[in-house]
Amino acid sequence: MKTRSKLFIIIGALLLAATYYFPLWVIDLQAPQYPEGLGLEIWINRITGAHDYDLQKVNNLNHYIGMKAIYPESIPELKVMPWVMRALMLVGIIVGIAGKRSWLTVLLILFVIVAIAGFIDYYMWGYDYGHNLDVENAIIKIPGQSYQPPLIGSKMILNFKAVSLPGIGGWAVILSFLTWLSIAVIEHKQARKQYEHSK
Amino acid sequence: MFNFKNICMIGFSLLFLCGLLLIGCSNQEVGGTGDAARKVYVPPGSYDEFYAFFSGGFSGQVTVHGLPSGRLLKTIPVFSQNAENGYGYNEESKNMLMTSFGFIPWDDAHHPELSQTNGVPDGRWLFINANNTPRIARIDLKSFETTEIIQIPNSGGNHASPFVTPNNEYVVASTRFSVPIPQADVSIESYKENFKGTITFIKVEETGKMEIAFQILVPGFNYDLSHSGKGPSFGWSFFTCYNTEQANNLLEVNASRNDKDFIAAVNWKLAEQYIAEGKFRTLDANYRHNYLDENHIAKSETGESVKVLDPQNCPGLIYYLPTPKSPHGVDVDPTGEYIVGGGKLAAVIPVHSFSKMISAIENKEFESEVDGIPVLKYESVMAGEVQNPGLGPLHTEFDGKGYAYTSMFLSSEITKWKLGTWEVVDRVPTYYSIGHLMIPGGDSQSPWGKYVIALNKITKDRYLPTGPELAHAAQMYDITGDKMELLLDFPTMGEPHYAQAIPASLVMENQVKIYPLEDNHHPYAVKSEAESKVERKGNEVHAYITTIRTHFSPDNIEGVKVGDKVYFHITNLEQDWDIPHGFAIMGARTSELLVMPGATNTIVWEPQQPGVYPFYCTDFCSALHQEMQGYVRVSPRGSNTPIKFNTKK
Repeated sequence: MKTRSKLFIIIGALLLAATYYFPLWVIDLQAPQYPEGLGLEIWINRITGAHDYDLQKVNNLNHYIGMKAIYPESIPELKVMPWVMRALMLVGIIVGIAGKRSWLTVLLILFVIVAIAGFIDYYMWGYDYGHNLDVENAIIKIPGQSYQPPLIGSKMILNFKAVSLPGIGGWAVILSFLTWLSIAVIEHKQARKQYEHSK
Repeated sequence: MFNFKNICMIGFSLLFLCGLLLIGCSNQEVGGTGDAARKVYVPPGSYDEFYAFFSGGFSGQVTVHGLPSGRLLKTIPVFSQNAENGYGYNEESKNMLMTSFGFIPWDDAHHPELSQTNGVPDGRWLFINANNTPRIARIDLKSFETTEIIQIPNSGGNHASPFVTPNNEYVVASTRFSVPIPQADVSIESYKENFKGTITFIKVEETGKMEIAFQILVPGFNYDLSHSGKGPSFGWSFFTCYNTEQANNLLEVNASRNDKDFIAAVNWKLAEQYIAEGKFRTLDANYRHNYLDENHIAKSETGESVKVLDPQNCPGLIYYLPTPKSPHGVDVDPTGEYIVGGGKLAAVIPVHSFSKMISAIENKEFESEVDGIPVLKYESVMAGEVQNPGLGPLHTEFDGKGYAYTSMFLSSEITKWKLGTWEVVDRVPTYYSIGHLMIPGGDSQSPWGKYVIALNKITKDRYLPTGPELAHAAQMYDITGDKMELLLDFPTMGEPHYAQAIPASLVMENQVKIYPLEDNHHPYAVKSEAESKVERKGNEVHAYITTIRTHFSPDNIEGVKVGDKVYFHITNLEQDWDIPHGFAIMGARTSELLVMPGATNTIVWEPQQPGVYPFYCTDFCSALHQEMQGYVRVSPRGSNTPIKFNTKK
């Protein structure tokens, strides 16, 4: 493997550090009464409001529909995710130093598994909050209405337009994956060229 | 008798007169044209360019308008109780209206004055005077809330107040009505012998907190208005006075006899030095100093003495500048060189020169002395007189481009004139009888000279009639061109004496939207529904109630008895902008509460008869606002109903 490729694999790994400084995912809630904006940010280790007190505001709004309040400290994923991210970074750096093509493939597979697991978990979490409502005490009950925010993209939830998109941290993760994938493809082509050349 | 020719003549004359009247009307009604409408139109959802603060006069409050639209944005309660939000009724704010005379629910507010940095309004605080029971209030422009009121001892009628020095070193106060100092039971006819005036300098800390630094004992005249020096005249303050005749009755006639009264030039830098040298005596005093503490609860402290300087022992502290005919306003131009007097009965506008004043002092060009205060020669200090400006000059503001604008009460007009040449360049009518006038920053070192507002005393036919009492009219003129152009009329509250305005950008960024619950250290605050409770302490019942959309916790309370004093401590758990909750209970002889997000307020209720009484939220807060209610059961005096309440599980 070329030194340049190795370097890029390490850069890819370091990019993941951005998830400590920026949110992975942002859910923007748009309604006429909130011209100043309202939203949630999902970080690798916490959930916060997009602005001061947004989490309290969202929890208060959610009590009308019987949704559970979001208490970030009681969400186990937020404790696991930092370790997964650290592991991925560590493996990435090792692969970069070692410069083995097969190791890179393993890294990519590992990455895809983590990403899929993450998305499934995130979806299930959203599904749980959006569907398991305290129907008994809910103030607003609309038959058939669920309140699950979209995984990605936008959706009307009562008077709110919920727009769910990757945050800067999320884009860093995507960029990191694309970096590794490109290196894998380039190296694969390189190897194939060498193979054909040697034939 | 009438031949055809004569009839034609009369007919033509009438037609001609009608034509003149029509022309007259169209000239008069320049406002309301399409061009003027465009200049004052602020489209829905857009902001005004300026915040304007109007004194509420006899309403005791301050109103906030946007300019150029003239829209009313808020009424800030200051010197009067305001049942609308509980100001002066709730336990937190009651002390704000305490004085040495006890609780006073009203006053007459005259002059709003923005705090300044380097001689320019800085948007931190607004000061305003109470004329009747002498006080100065400070409003915090982060929350648009009265946060401090200090009473001025040894004073009667705090009119020349609360004008600031260029860095809020001091706000000033003075007696419009001289009184015996210290107060005493003396014959009113002994005025000349026993009555004195005071000029008070109140120190303003970096936090805004006020403290009476010193008072200067002055001859018993009527001290009317003030402005501080700036630039070269920094360190001086100027006060007009009338009634140098020292009349004690029928002042209308008896105080109008002298051709000239005075502008007092006070060297406050020198006063500081005299204080440091210990040249003061300490007079007993009794005044209140009220301020919001860190828990947002008004504390009322009593002041018991004050440092007093006597000009007799303090040479150079004060000089009198003779000024024609009972001067009212005294205004210092942006350069700090010119001191404009508003001789309300004078036919000219007299302008004094600061530099000439200083050389006149050096050359001892005095014409006389009053109680140790040298009177300078008029000719030695005069910079010029504006000739034929109209009648009844009162107040002058500046546009920062070399022009001055003076209000003419008697001839109902604004006169624009040039500083230095003293020539009148434009005059426009006002409707009617203008008092103060205001240009944003127009009394500062750097005016935003875009508009002048006329604050008129008489309204008559300007609006739809509303019975004998009419709203006072403010009028706004564009002053960006050579000619002043009337743009807008708008009604105001009470009698707005003076107003000040500041670019919105200097205020809007600092606005408090909520009070963080974690910073709420009110002794009766509860931070969650789980902590809400009701406790009995003798015949006092303390209900610690929380509000959040859309319920009270607790909302059922039993065990209250006739004869109890019930304290409702309401904590608003909301942390969302513009979501206050109200609290009102049937039969309360106090007021309602409006509790801001994250704040705690307390109102007292003394139930008179057994029964069950509803309480509810008065500020529409959510779709289920109508459900936001509760009940208090009141049992007869001496019954055994235990305290019982519910909290949400």
